Amino acid sequence: MNILSVFVALPLAMLLVLFLCRTTVQIRTVMVAGASLLLLAAAALVVVFVGERAASDAEMLLVADTVWYAPLNIHYAVGVDGISVLMIVLSAVIVFTGVFSSWNMNREFFLWYCLLSIGVFGFFISLDLFTMFLFYEVALIPMYLLIGVWGTGRKEYSAMKLTLMLMAGSAFLLTGILGIYFTSGGQTMNLVELAGRHIPMMHQYWIFPVTFLGFGVLGALFPFHTWSPDGHASAPTSVSMLHAGVLMKLGGYGCFRVAIYLMPEAAHELSWIFLILTGISVVYGAFSAVVQTDLKYINAYSSVSHCGLVLFAILMLNQTAMTGAVLQMLSHGLMTALFFALIGLIYGRTHTRDIREMGGLMKIMPFASVCYVIAGLASLGLPGLSGFVAEMMVFVGAFAEHDLFHRVLTIVAACSIVITAVYILRTVGKILYGEVFDRHHLGLPDAAWYEKVSAVGLIVCIAALGIWPSAAANIITEGVAPVVKHLTIL
Amino acid sequence: MEFTLLIPALPLLCFLFLGLAGHKLCPRAAGLVGTLSMALSTALAWATACIYFFATPHAGGYEQIVPMATDWLCFSQRLVISVGVLLDPISVMMLVVITTVSLMVHIYSLGYMEGERGFQRYYAFLSLFSFSMLGLVVAPNIFQMYIFWELVGVSSYLLIGFYYTKPSAVAASKKAFIVTRFADLGFLVGILVLSYYTGTFDLGALTADKGSLVIASTAGASFMGLSVASWAMALIFMGGAGKSAMFPLHIWLPDAMEGPTPVSALIHAATMVVAGVYLVARLFPVYVFAAPDVLQMIGYIGAFTALFAAVIAVTQTDIKRVLAFSTISQIAYMMTALGVSGYGAQEGPGYMASMFHLFTHAFFKALLFLGAGAVIHAVHSNEMAEMGSLRKYMPVTNIVFLIACLAIAGIPPFSGFFSKDEILAAAFEHDKLLFGVLWVVAGLTAFYMFRLYYNIFWGRERQYHHKPHEASWMMLAPLVVLAVLTCVTGFIPFADFVSSDGAPLHTHIEWPIALSGIAVALVGIFAATLLYRRGGDLPDRIAARLGGFYRATSRKFYMDELWMFVTKKIIFRLISTPIAWFDKHVIDGTMDAIGLSAHRSSSAIKGLQSGKVQFYAWIFVVGALVIAIWQLFF
Repeated sequence: MNILSVFVALPLAMLLVLFLCRTTVQIRTVMVAGASLLLLAAAALVVVFVGERAASDAEMLLVADTVWYAPLNIHYAVGVDGISVLMIVLSAVIVFTGVFSSWNMNREFFLWYCLLSIGVFGFFISLDLFTMFLFYEVALIPMYLLIGVWGTGRKEYSAMKLTLMLMAGSAFLLTGILGIYFTSGGQTMNLVELAGRHIPMMHQYWIFPVTFLGFGVLGALFPFHTWSPDGHASAPTSVSMLHAGVLMKLGGYGCFRVAIYLMPEAAHELSWIFLILTGISVVYGAFSAVVQTDLKYINAYSSVSHCGLVLFAILMLNQTAMTGAVLQMLSHGLMTALFFALIGLIYGRTHTRDIREMGGLMKIMPFASVCYVIAGLASLGLPGLSGFVAEMMVFVGAFAEHDLFHRVLTIVAACSIVITAVYILRTVGKILYGEVFDRHHLGLPDAAWYEKVSAVGLIVCIAALGIWPSAAANIITEGVAPVVKHLTIL
Repeated sequence: MEFTLLIPALPLLCFLFLGLAGHKLCPRAAGLVGTLSMALSTALAWATACIYFFATPHAGGYEQIVPMATDWLCFSQRLVISVGVLLDPISVMMLVVITTVSLMVHIYSLGYMEGERGFQRYYAFLSLFSFSMLGLVVAPNIFQMYIFWELVGVSSYLLIGFYYTKPSAVAASKKAFIVTRFADLGFLVGILVLSYYTGTFDLGALTADKGSLVIASTAGASFMGLSVASWAMALIFMGGAGKSAMFPLHIWLPDAMEGPTPVSALIHAATMVVAGVYLVARLFPVYVFAAPDVLQMIGYIGAFTALFAAVIAVTQTDIKRVLAFSTISQIAYMMTALGVSGYGAQEGPGYMASMFHLFTHAFFKALLFLGAGAVIHAVHSNEMAEMGSLRKYMPVTNIVFLIACLAIAGIPPFSGFFSKDEILAAAFEHDKLLFGVLWVVAGLTAFYMFRLYYNIFWGRERQYHHKPHEASWMMLAPLVVLAVLTCVTGFIPFADFVSSDGAPLHTHIEWPIALSGIAVALVGIFAATLLYRRGGDLPDRIAARLGGFYRATSRKFYMDELWMFVTKKIIFRLISTPIAWFDKHVIDGTMDAIGLSAHRSSSAIKGLQSGKVQFYAWIFVVGALVIAIWQLFF
């Protein structure tokens, strides 16, 4: 079996084994073992990939292709480039840490959790538009149940809103995929083959916006981001982690892999519309976060801002900015997962997420608080942690586009780093510092061992990416290069 | 010279060690680990200085050496961040200053912070700061500088907010970070502009050959009437102005005094706050040749800030705040000196004077802060009103504090006199107006420093709850070392080592200017002696006479209110709240409305699927009739 299919087969196997489990211990064993194997497989994939890359300069490596439904020429085609490899690593890390952050959940929860993982991994390895879309849907649907059943607060409303908005996005997406399928000439859904063909300009003009929007909804593109705050606020901890950490990356990845890669001419001509929208996302999300009082809302709006930067950078259509975009995806995935893990931890103890009802947690839960400060510093772009590298790469890349429009937008987007500092420091100051606000919080325990595993794992990744970014950047650059070449041939 | 890498690396290792394992150590052990690693760094820095200045052959001038650099991250083929060590006269000088002051602060803190909660954390943060600051000054690459620039900002944030249960400390740390972050945004954009045109981050390449790379690559490009080079350099200066507390970005520094006093001595007096001056000095050839208009602006901003801060310092009653405004004023002095300087042998005394003042100021200002710390430790208050006659209880502190006051006032033979004289002379050569301002500031400085001195050590006898006591030897030893340095550093032939183009400069004391400087300082001291030595109520009466002006000054010309207005009113009320409202009601409202309309329309037509056969039959018949009539008549 191809190594890539392991990433779909393994969660599937976990899912099946879970059916046999009866006790909590068994469930935990299965999940921890499975997630660790996934992590190992991801590490192995990086090694294999780097080896293969040295040997071959094909665009996609580790390719495997099986005809799935011949009449429509649908294949189960898998293959990876540098970007998808790192996305798989990111997903594996977050699935792994997510297991530890949802330590006390029951079997049904983990069943859906595994299904969600199948969707995520399947999406990143797919080379065929149809299977890609299929896995995309597989990743979305479990979200409804995970939030609706195990969530908190207005969970039914949020689950419904999230699912409907994302479904509307995938309706756009499906239209786009069908458009690509029928206008590209030959009957193929294979991405690499499609990239070699030319979609007529007339069609690109409508397919590009439709696909970009379809994926953009998942990437929290303004004004289609409102599912994110409500959805995250109601979701249980590990679902928030997975959703903000990985699922929102599906949006950015899709925009890059499908919309821009297949329709470079339209991307050039229409990018300005979306640049304005993403520019708004970046600043608007940051400003919205400033006045929120619910920790999860703050983080959700911060995600709108950070994910907006991902799409913003992708739309700059040059090598540096796109590399920065992928770095930003990794960085945002890791740190937002850390944030949600910690918010879940705090909420589980204090039973509130309102920053006005907390204070002085540093004294009560020093470990969790220090982790929260680190997450905050990563988010506001402290050098040595991942956020800084990603943001700088994006800004340097974006600034290379030398017309006034791009310049002004870049500077506007760069302003968000100040606003980010405002809302991060406001939150940290309110909940962690100062005197203990509520006497009932005094006896609360600090992080348990499994929560520590989750937090420390994520922090190590964040720091590693921040200290040694060139390791990731080199892999990404090679993945971005063909797309950029495609864009510059025009 | 590869070992220079260890100078920043040791504090980093120490930070990691104390950060991860510090809570397992007993406090004293953690403190000793931090102090020892700093002592090693200090020894290495002094060794570097000796080797660089005396043991390396140099014909006609000191050159930049890059003992090691390695590519850290490639943005594109051209833009590469290479991380490494750059040695030239100013970076070597900074290494010496930072490690020495930091070591003194490390030792002093063993006594000062004894018994504080979070002692290990304190030393971890001090190490982090030392690492960042050392990394900043040795940066061979402007992006490395920016990286460490942010890191010092965060260390400063962590240390100002060290007493994190105190709301004022939390607020101050937040303010310091956000104000400097705002300034750093300018720095970042400046770097982006500069690197876009020149295609490099390398400081050596940018400054080589009288900044010709910048001039050539930005030739002809202008934006809104200013050349692109001027824009870039002005934006970069904005970053420097934020860190170095130039008006109007100075507002964070007085509040930063909420941090522990040794921290104020290290970060907010001797090292971090001069980073802006260092930045301008580092890019000096570019400023002189590619953006002379910006350099001139720097001179004027510096002079204004110097005067502005000195006036405020006269009215402050919190001793640390007096010192903070004095710091702002002195740094502005250094900035002005850069602003009035040219490049090369005869035009460039300002540059040398600025670095000289930076060097001497670091020691005597650290001494003042640490001395103030000893006083605060003894009387448990920052307020002048609760001090007086301490000379009887703290004789050693009294003497070292007096030395530092004489130095900052510019009285020979203390170090401040020599460097201040060079600045005044340079200003006199270049611009008489700036000279006049600096001259007045020199008088004001002498006045407010002696006001401070008399209020603490002379004046009225107070009723103390606990009898004030002299500080422990651990705190006194650094004070004495710094006092000795304050006495001797002025005699260093600084111009032989540091100059804008590396070639030794021939300077001598300009006696007419020096005498006028001494005269105005003596007038200031005399006035302070008259007003404050005995502690009468004359000062209060004068203050009452001045009325509105005095109130405005003591309220720091309402700059804090302005800051509150910008953050609370503009960012919170005028931008964020409406945006959040818009998001909730308009954007989300639209989404909800779409959902609701689907819901409504489905409930409107769901009656059609009622399952009642009679109803279906009725619809069928009516429909059939309608069609039949249509067919028949139309």
